[in-house]
Amino acid sequence: MDLSYDDVQQILKIIDASSVEELHLEIGELKLVVRKRGSRAEVTETSADPPRAAATREPVAAAPSGPSRQRRAAEGEFELKAPMVGTFYRAPRPGAPPFVEVGSEVGPDDVVCIIEVMKLMNSITIGRRARIVDILVDNAQLVEFGQPIMIVAPA
Amino acid sequence: MNTVLVANRGEIAVRVIRACRALGLRTVAVYSEADRGAMHTRLADCAVCIGPAAATQSYLSAPALLATARGTGADAIHPGYGFLAENADFAAACVEAGLTFVGPSAEAIRAMGDKVHARERAAALGVPTVPGSRAPVGDTAEAQAVARDVGYPVLLKAAAGGGGRGMRVVRAAGELAAAFAAARAEAEAAFGDGRLYVERFLERVRHVEIQILADRFGAAVQLGERDCSVQRRHQKLLEEAPSPAVTPAIRAAMGESALRLVADIKYENAGTVEFVLDPATDRFYFIEMNTRIQVEHPVTEMVTGVDLVAAQLRLAAGERLPFAQADVTIAGHALECRINAEDPDAGFRPTPGRIARWSPPEGEGLRVDTHVETGAVVPPFYDSLLAKVIAHGRDREAALARMASALARFAVDGVATTLPVHRRILAHQDFVAGGIHTRWVEDELGR
Repeated sequence: MDLSYDDVQQILKIIDASSVEELHLEIGELKLVVRKRGSRAEVTETSADPPRAAATREPVAAAPSGPSRQRRAAEGEFELKAPMVGTFYRAPRPGAPPFVEVGSEVGPDDVVCIIEVMKLMNSITIGRRARIVDILVDNAQLVEFGQPIMIVAPA
Repeated sequence: MNTVLVANRGEIAVRVIRACRALGLRTVAVYSEADRGAMHTRLADCAVCIGPAAATQSYLSAPALLATARGTGADAIHPGYGFLAENADFAAACVEAGLTFVGPSAEAIRAMGDKVHARERAAALGVPTVPGSRAPVGDTAEAQAVARDVGYPVLLKAAAGGGGRGMRVVRAAGELAAAFAAARAEAEAAFGDGRLYVERFLERVRHVEIQILADRFGAAVQLGERDCSVQRRHQKLLEEAPSPAVTPAIRAAMGESALRLVADIKYENAGTVEFVLDPATDRFYFIEMNTRIQVEHPVTEMVTGVDLVAAQLRLAAGERLPFAQADVTIAGHALECRINAEDPDAGFRPTPGRIARWSPPEGEGLRVDTHVETGAVVPPFYDSLLAKVIAHGRDREAALARMASALARFAVDGVATTLPVHRRILAHQDFVAGGIHTRWVEDELGR
């Protein structure tokens, strides 16, 4: 049996809405492990993203410190959205090399950035193999909940 | 203080943002995904989405709010009412993060947050509390003794109580033994705890509260009372000031009691001391203190001319109270009707949905505090308050006429509202005569 990306999204939604903390699913060769704790960013396909900015009024000003650059994901690319409000960091500590650059290829559990919420460092991963197409937010900027922070492509 | 993060939504967020603007302060609005595009997000200087619709992950998330304050350069947080407004830990966390919490200290919130201790503290200061046993009574004989002291009728109340279970009204000494046994059995069955308190049963009381303002230098004033006796299941529907049942002597005594409590806990900022008033005896009893701005604050603003939210901001910034008790005057009469998205014909079921038409009344002596407009969506996740209609007149009669006319002109399509209930209340002889009590809505207007 094939499990599509959409199937996985469906499973994630069901688990998110339930009180289940962890799920191990094995179907033949395929093995899926989902854990609720931690802070995996949501990856959504832009083409499937409802055009909500157009449908509803946007605030007069977005987050003052770091609005995303208005780069939209092209066909076959995805937006990585901030799973929480907080301060976006590209590197594990000041002066250290960034987790990723444009063009970096990452695995499902590789940390691509940190979002700090009141001194709590939340490591953000993509949850699948991917290539970083663009980084939309500058280091140390406030990101909103749901704000696109990177454009990624499946690798 | 330069930039205020408004940690709330709905009409109170709009109200706080307007007060900030009047004082030249920058504002940061926060919103959940369900409130994207809401009025408060457009009025503020900037707006930040702090989480999904669930309040626990957005408006109740202290980390999200504090991170947003830091990221936007806010140096103060106004909590509004509800959500984190009376959360002492949040107030303390704001201070720890170097932010001004627009409200009292965490210690004052804690002192008044425990209702039993708050009443004990009030009693110790000589502020009247409902007469009764200080501790649970052991047996019928002990209950008899307390009942003799406080006078019949008395209420037997489960120490672990709630929801009316383990409660009995006893009107005469002869009924007490049987009622005691029944209440104890009920309390044991319901809560696994059969301990009972005995207190004076107050029938047909009014809910009257005193608004206070206090600065950090020990100065405090009371701004008269609000009468909130028009309630349905303990939810206030309509408030007015002054109270038709409060005489100048009661007002002075109640105000003095409120200020005694304020001084004792070194309270600072705006607060409300709540009492029940027995109009049969003109006696009043302390119930609790609310350590925040209240929904019904505009009626006090209309009769005193004091902008309470602006006062909160100034006091939080460390300013002194700009006036003394002698400067407080009550002019005319004000009423407030809370218009909720609830269907009175369906047991007051909440009615979230899209507002197809929103046409609030306008005119002299009228004020409508709201976050709603035509096309707005009332999300199902939060409280159902849509608007507060506030009418002011030179006396109660004039204010009532103005309110009745305003409600008649208020047109809302798309969701059912409580407007029809308010129109009925305003037209009801008992209410017009001023002789109602806290159970009047249930008794008179049905469930």
